[in-house]
Amino acid sequence: MIRLIKDTLISQVVTLWRVFMHAFAKTDTVEYPDVQPQMFSRWRGRIILSRDPDGEERCVACNLCAVACPVDCIALQKAEDDEGRWYPEFFRINFSRCIMCGFCEEACPTNAIQLTPDFEMAEYVRQDMVWEKEDLLINGTGKYHDYNFYRVAGKKIGGKDKGEARNEAPPVDVRSLLP
Amino acid sequence: MAKITVDGIVYEVNPQNNLLQECLSHGLDLPYFCWHPCMGSVGACRQCAVKQYRNADDKTGVVVMSCMTPASDGAIISIADAQAVKMRSNVIESLMISHPHDCPVCEEGGECHLQDMTQMSGHNYRRYDFKKVTHRNQNLGPFINHEMNRCIACYRCVRYYDDYAGGKDLAALGSHHHVYFGRHEEGTLENEFSGNLVEVCPTGVFTDKTFSEHYTRKWDLQTAPSVCTGCGAGCNTTPGERYGTLRRIVNRYHHDLNGYFLCDRGRFGYGYNSSDRRITEASLVSTHDDEKGVRKSLTTQEAQRQFDAMTAGDVVGIGSPRTSLENNLALRARVGVKNFYAGFSAEQQRCVQAVIAINREQGLHCPDIRTLEQADCVLVVNEDITNTSPRFALALRQAVRNRASQLATDARIPLWQDAAVRELAQNELSPLFILSPQGTRLDDVATDTFLGTTAQQIALLAAVANIIDASVGNAATDTHGEEGARRIASALITARHPCIVSGISAGSEALIHATANVARALRKYSVQSDAIDVCFAMPESNTMGLALLMEEGGGTLDDALQRLARGEADAAIVLENDLTLRTTPEAIDAALSRTPAVVVIDQLHNEFNARAQLLLPSTSFAEQNGTLVNYEGRAQSSHQVFQADAALRPGYEWLTPVDPLSLVLTTSETILYHSAQTLSVLSGAEKLLPPRTGIQALMKSPRQSHRYSGRTAMNANLNVHEKKQPADRESAMSFSMEGLPLQKDASLLSAAWAPAWNSNQAISKFQDEINGELKQGCKGVHLLQRTLEPHVAARVSSSADNSVVYFIDHIFGSEELSAASPAITARSVGAYLCVGEADAQRLGLQQHGRAEISSGAHTAQLPVLIRQRIAPGAIGIYCGGEINRHAFANGVSISAVAEDSNVLVRSRQMFSELVISDSQQGRG
Amino acid sequence: MVWEVGSPLSIGAILFTVIIVAAMLIWVERRLLGLWQERLGPNRVGPFGLLQVVADMIKIFAKEDWVPPFADKFSFILAPPIIMIVILMSFTVIPFAPGVGVIDSDIGVLFVLAMASLGAYSVMLGGLASNNKYALLGSLRAAAQMVSYEVFMGISLLGVVALTGSFNLREIVIAQTDGWYIIPQFIGFLIFMIAGIAESHRLPFDIPEAEQEIVAGYHTEYSGMKFGMFFVGEYLGVVLISSLLVVLFFGGWLGPAFLPPIVWFMLKTAFFIAFFILLRAAIPRPRYDQLMTYGWLFLLPLSLLNLMITGAFVLWQEGGM
Repeated sequence: MIRLIKDTLISQVVTLWRVFMHAFAKTDTVEYPDVQPQMFSRWRGRIILSRDPDGEERCVACNLCAVACPVDCIALQKAEDDEGRWYPEFFRINFSRCIMCGFCEEACPTNAIQLTPDFEMAEYVRQDMVWEKEDLLINGTGKYHDYNFYRVAGKKIGGKDKGEARNEAPPVDVRSLLP
Repeated sequence: MAKITVDGIVYEVNPQNNLLQECLSHGLDLPYFCWHPCMGSVGACRQCAVKQYRNADDKTGVVVMSCMTPASDGAIISIADAQAVKMRSNVIESLMISHPHDCPVCEEGGECHLQDMTQMSGHNYRRYDFKKVTHRNQNLGPFINHEMNRCIACYRCVRYYDDYAGGKDLAALGSHHHVYFGRHEEGTLENEFSGNLVEVCPTGVFTDKTFSEHYTRKWDLQTAPSVCTGCGAGCNTTPGERYGTLRRIVNRYHHDLNGYFLCDRGRFGYGYNSSDRRITEASLVSTHDDEKGVRKSLTTQEAQRQFDAMTAGDVVGIGSPRTSLENNLALRARVGVKNFYAGFSAEQQRCVQAVIAINREQGLHCPDIRTLEQADCVLVVNEDITNTSPRFALALRQAVRNRASQLATDARIPLWQDAAVRELAQNELSPLFILSPQGTRLDDVATDTFLGTTAQQIALLAAVANIIDASVGNAATDTHGEEGARRIASALITARHPCIVSGISAGSEALIHATANVARALRKYSVQSDAIDVCFAMPESNTMGLALLMEEGGGTLDDALQRLARGEADAAIVLENDLTLRTTPEAIDAALSRTPAVVVIDQLHNEFNARAQLLLPSTSFAEQNGTLVNYEGRAQSSHQVFQADAALRPGYEWLTPVDPLSLVLTTSETILYHSAQTLSVLSGAEKLLPPRTGIQALMKSPRQSHRYSGRTAMNANLNVHEKKQPADRESAMSFSMEGLPLQKDASLLSAAWAPAWNSNQAISKFQDEINGELKQGCKGVHLLQRTLEPHVAARVSSSADNSVVYFIDHIFGSEELSAASPAITARSVGAYLCVGEADAQRLGLQQHGRAEISSGAHTAQLPVLIRQRIAPGAIGIYCGGEINRHAFANGVSISAVAEDSNVLVRSRQMFSELVISDSQQGRG
Repeated sequence: MVWEVGSPLSIGAILFTVIIVAAMLIWVERRLLGLWQERLGPNRVGPFGLLQVVADMIKIFAKEDWVPPFADKFSFILAPPIIMIVILMSFTVIPFAPGVGVIDSDIGVLFVLAMASLGAYSVMLGGLASNNKYALLGSLRAAAQMVSYEVFMGISLLGVVALTGSFNLREIVIAQTDGWYIIPQFIGFLIFMIAGIAESHRLPFDIPEAEQEIVAGYHTEYSGMKFGMFFVGEYLGVVLISSLLVVLFFGGWLGPAFLPPIVWFMLKTAFFIAFFILLRAAIPRPRYDQLMTYGWLFLLPLSLLNLMITGAFVLWQEGGM
């Protein structure tokens, strides 16, 4: 009997009291937009395309972000300049489908696609949520400042000949018989 | 059958094979690089290491290369053994030492054998701190990209290009870790099968340049099983589409036909699909007085209405040998059998009919390409097979190696020991005889090439037949012929598996009969007591199909044009046919001048359809379903890869009248099914259609891979609300990722993929054994049955065809549609005249100079190519889409044109692109 | 114009106040829940978010008043007003203060109980008419719950009635001048409060509309003002049960004279309304079978026991024994 009263009555009363005491606790609500929230650099918000330290587009149109995307909201087409550099002819993200999962950023081998702390992306017209490369491309390196994919890759591009990438020997002279 | 034990499990194997091949046959994952199912083993890459034990008590074992070890009975091996695993991971690590950090910018990425094998072998991080070896690339022409840094030195490229395809201009250069695979100098790869390097190379050294221009990863391509339209061989292909344009064509394994390889025309000749010559909208020549002759575009509905109005009366329908059976059947149904005419030139139709009769004859056999490879003596008659039906030529290059196989078998060397077999055989080749008016690209492996005009060839064939069986042939007329005929005859008689290959490009019925007579004569000596192999290459993808259809009634092209010229028809419908390639300009002019309305349905703009009143755009092979019949009479389904622009419709859709009362929608399937029931020549063709019962009938197969990307973004720039995927009511495939997965069923296999096997090597997962047939694969339906009694051959007079003019074909440029592809255009040349040195002197012609040829009212000025190897007195003309063949078919007169240094330079440039074998004198 | 029971002024003031209070509860509840859950609650519309009510009203009036095509149209439309009407009817017998009330009924307690049982029809009809499995489940639960809890709701009141000797609510209040019935009738109070919560299907006894289980229960298919009537009806129920608790156990308007009686009544009622909301913030919902078992096997015997003891006490006090 006592146990029943303890379980049913006392416990309920204690619960009520404890909840009531929350009235005197500080509220957790942040009154956005009057108070701007503190965002962290690893927050997964608006997606951008960054540039390498030399100011060139980082994206090499490898399509890995597109294939990693679980909602298939990235579409792009590879193009190549006269000197062999790959870049996206178009790069489109349908933000009305994007779930900000960040898989694209993880998949990107060149640190081109990055998620930023900007989360204010609402639009009145859904069509405005389709962003093209011109909208996505920023004038900086984003979160990763020093990486330049083509300095590591073996492919020859304008301004970087064969053998000039990191850890590369000069091109082989096939006609030489020296060891 | 032998038994081997792999990791404790017993497998039944063929002891003739090596362990690697047998492991792969049984679906085990074992990494490899240098081994190729078609090229055997050389043991170069050391990647396929396994542990082999002497007996059940042996717990130590030794590491062996599975590709170099026979699958002998009782062998006990382990793939999972720690030492073997360690060895494989160390090997891949050393192979990867200089491999660049290129995958994101590499066209091979995502379908790369090296990626797959690296994953499989378990190599993750590079430990090697020293510098990577780098190489400079070469420009290898319009087809192939070269990125030598990516090479892992497996030697597959040179083994394929030099040893398998007979190329001369790709070699392993340099030494030790500086080894370089390329040409001696920068320049176009000359071999006609260079495109296969893309698929043979396990990494990204050789990639498809045309594909790179509009590159898409493999997983993003929408694909469907298709059939090549480049010639009549019927090779199976997989075209891939993305964003509404055709992106590339790769090989699709067919056990009997193309196997693992395609020719460059088939692989790179797809560009016309999105070329600016493509007809993109219906158009009508206005008849109003104020704007007479102006071509105005029409909507689809207007065009259909106009079409119905124009063809309401007495209509002549002209079919096409380069479009599907369904389109021809639809035309036939629309105009009626009496008004249906073949789209062949007259002599071509006679030739095809002769070939069909031979294909129906008992005692003869039409070999598929795989059977060609097994022939141990081949006679090629007149046809320049490398340029008309190129895949045959690659097969014949394998056929001449049967001598090596024979020697190896005698010496008890397994055939997969590639290097050993080649070492043993040295230059020993099976006999290959070529009769041709000019030197051919196969001369380097030919026992002898007899240069002669058609008449001389007929005489020689008659002599050969006479020697083999005097009741069939007639005696040779000259001593040279006598000697040659005896050599050919004795080689054919002694062969266990002789084969005769010809074609109809000469347009000479007499030559076909003479060729068949040799085969008929050979029956007497047939060692295998089987039928004698004789086949005739067909110039276009459905030449055979249309010819079969004409057996069910219908007239010739000449009948049609004469009827039109008499003004006996109100309208003419020309289906996908450029009539200027079929007959003389006079005949066309006469016909068109009396025809009130000409309607042309076609894919590309050309001179002929510019004269049509109503021009209707039709879909290409990749945009419609169709059935094509190859040179054997094998009907094969080519599936629609993607939905074309709404203005473009398949021929059968334009042609089938819209009947509002009809509840049954007319689809390619219903046309074929109905025709297979009603037309005896097509009986059995319904077996091409997918099953109508069971789970497969209910579930479609996806055209897109399970990793297809960008679905919600690719059209979002037009409208953010995604459209429903187009429904396919015509075939067993869907335009989406949904449906019955293809992973274990090859019946509708387009792009091979298996877990851990992203490259084209995944095909082994779909074969019942390596190099075997595809599981549940449809190999097509043979429409020709051997029903005719063995024929007693009529003697063919050598004077039956005494024309000295012959027409030259080129792999790049001779086929009408592929010639409009940019990559093919880059490799093709314009029209030219070809004569021998003696004739050139007599006529006063200069190498690369100009000559005027005239025949009747027709004249043309052509650059001159003086060849060493050409039949004396013969005159070769290459039309190159510039001049009308039929205008000059009946002999020409030639005169030199005054020199102009400008012209000389231009033609010299043009001829520098031309790949011919002129210095090869045969191997004698 | 005079303040007396049944005067038009009195009736108008009561009707107006009750409905306004019920409407304001939308805001009050959300703010209080926010307070106890360390949030803010609605605070953007007007001062302290007070006009949130207006915004909600505009929304609920402007919403499409949709009747599902598969519903039984007549009963579907009939159901929501019933609950509004019966609860407003119950307010007629509540003695708010001396001279403030609609009628002074001698069977006030019985009238309230009768009206409360009529309220079950609203919920049952609404659920049945919706022709929706969730709505049907909700109304089944509601019917069973209300029928069960009404039994001992009535019995728990009999103690008060016995002590007063009258069913007249005004007399019950006056009888408490010497001491509120919360002391002698504490068990009665507990039982009545629990039954009252169940009767107005508020949390933790909102089993008929448990959204985690059956979407929204009997009003799944309702929208617009029809839903609004269910919604306001529920708040009216809260106000009604609170004022009954005040009247029956806490001396109604009685209180020290420094505040007018009506203010005392309002303060007491407000306390119980806040208590109801605290219950919602704190106590989780029991399972349906637990609710029924608890009612029939625990509360019913307890209320009978309470009645017997009270009866014995009354008889003893009157010197009968």
